[in-house]
Amino acid sequence: MQTEILIAGFGGQGVLFAGQILAYAAMDAGREVTWIPSYGPEMRGGTANCTVIISDEEIGSPLVLNPTAVIALNLPSLEKYEPMVKVGGVLIVNASLVNRPPQRADIESVFIPLNEIAERLGNRRLLNMVAVGALLAKLPVLSLDQIKQALEEHLPERHKKFMEANLLALQEGADFALKEGKIKVQ
Amino acid sequence: MAKELLKGNIAMAEAAIRAGLEGYFGYPITPQTELLEWMAERMPALGRAFLQAESEVAAINMLYGAACTGARVMTSSSSPGISLMMEGISYIAGTEVPVVIIDVVRGGPGLGNIAPSQGDYDQIVHGGGHGDYHPIVLAPASVQEAIDLVVLAFDLAEKYRTIVFVMADGNIGQMMEPAELPPMRPIKSEYPDWAVRGAMGRERRILSSIYIDPKDEEVTNYRLMQVWNQIQANEVRYREYFLDDAEYVVIGFGTAGRIALSAARMARAEGIKVGLLRPITLSPFPAPQIESLVSRVKGILVVEMNAGQMLNDVQKVVKGRVPVEFYGRMGGMVPFPDEILAEMRRMSQEVIPLDGDPRQRWMKRFAPVIHWNN
Repeated sequence: MQTEILIAGFGGQGVLFAGQILAYAAMDAGREVTWIPSYGPEMRGGTANCTVIISDEEIGSPLVLNPTAVIALNLPSLEKYEPMVKVGGVLIVNASLVNRPPQRADIESVFIPLNEIAERLGNRRLLNMVAVGALLAKLPVLSLDQIKQALEEHLPERHKKFMEANLLALQEGADFALKEGKIKVQ
Repeated sequence: MAKELLKGNIAMAEAAIRAGLEGYFGYPITPQTELLEWMAERMPALGRAFLQAESEVAAINMLYGAACTGARVMTSSSSPGISLMMEGISYIAGTEVPVVIIDVVRGGPGLGNIAPSQGDYDQIVHGGGHGDYHPIVLAPASVQEAIDLVVLAFDLAEKYRTIVFVMADGNIGQMMEPAELPPMRPIKSEYPDWAVRGAMGRERRILSSIYIDPKDEEVTNYRLMQVWNQIQANEVRYREYFLDDAEYVVIGFGTAGRIALSAARMARAEGIKVGLLRPITLSPFPAPQIESLVSRVKGILVVEMNAGQMLNDVQKVVKGRVPVEFYGRMGGMVPFPDEILAEMRRMSQEVIPLDGDPRQRWMKRFAPVIHWNN
């Protein structure tokens, strides 16, 4: 059983760390895992994405054409990756930066205003954790408790003061996805 | 020790340090710069030598000099930087001193790009520097394997007084995977009897790659070939997957090899009996293992992130006795498993000729992809 998660957005939205925290949690749970970034000459303000694969056996390709789940943190990422999600898969979309409805009926899409939720929690940079919470509510490959433990283990010391806020962000994301996640495809 | 989530470049650097690395000489280049950065932080803190040279040419010659002291030394670079090092690499081969060189291969030729590639195969495996010499070339496909092979590289380099390359690619360098680092080995306290470390109280030793009299150079070349024979007999390494009942076999190394693993599993799920042979030593090449497959399988598919460089070495073993096909992506493009699966499906359905050139057939099939790119 293999689960592939692609996270895409602008540089600065916490794309790479969101992937890393999934990878840490998977490792701590004794699963096989790979994390691979798109790396290129572009950095600040450019596009960023990473792919996390979680599996029970030796992982082959670290990149897949059709991931199980996609988190699209901005419109260009949605345009590029919505068509790629595996049939029956999950799509988490940052509704704060996207002005169109989902186009696929054969996947489960959650449009969630990540920027607004993060700002309400007091820090715009929490949006990646809100997204991870929403994802795991729809794709229970890891539990929120496992992410919490991974944050405690692996969050850099200087960021430990944001621990509570991160946990709140995860929970808000999960709650939103479970309550209001169903969006009608037009 | 517990597993840590490690980036390939950093894992390779720390593995070298724990293998008792005494000196690192290098020059930054993407996609291996994190390796050099890790060395810059760790080596001085441990009281060991880190030196950022003014160029790759300087770095390889510093490495050459340091290797002559019998110390454990290495450099790392990426494709264009490795090209610059080639003269020094040949001198090191001619002087018979052990070094480890990591090449995190990127797209080329020329300046190319910083994306993952396997385009340096021929340059690294079949020479690059002048004269007769054969380095050992190790090709990791995961972060854990990269760690293990870096440690092995130092042991092999010293055992055979030879150059050992670890040939990775941008994917291996940039990827994070759980992996276990080896325990820290102490810096060695005894040095070999050829090392030049000061001759107080004994006759001086000379290390050089100059043999003015061709007779002496011929003797040296013969000795190099004897060592190479030993290496070929003893050091072939590879991994097999699903080969027991395989009707078709994919051969791929490094990143291409692990992508082929995904494709082989997909093919198996469709009932196509595909196995995978993943060479870990590209030099010495696992020719005996390929030979043993020739009589057992209906076809061989070679997959590389280049235009078919290892393909030549496979064909040299197969000698037209079983159909060989090739699939490659070039210039920093990386195949998806689906592309390799499509090739496996095709091989299981079509009659593949024994003669003709697999590279020409691939170019013809591949032309639409190039047009689509544009």
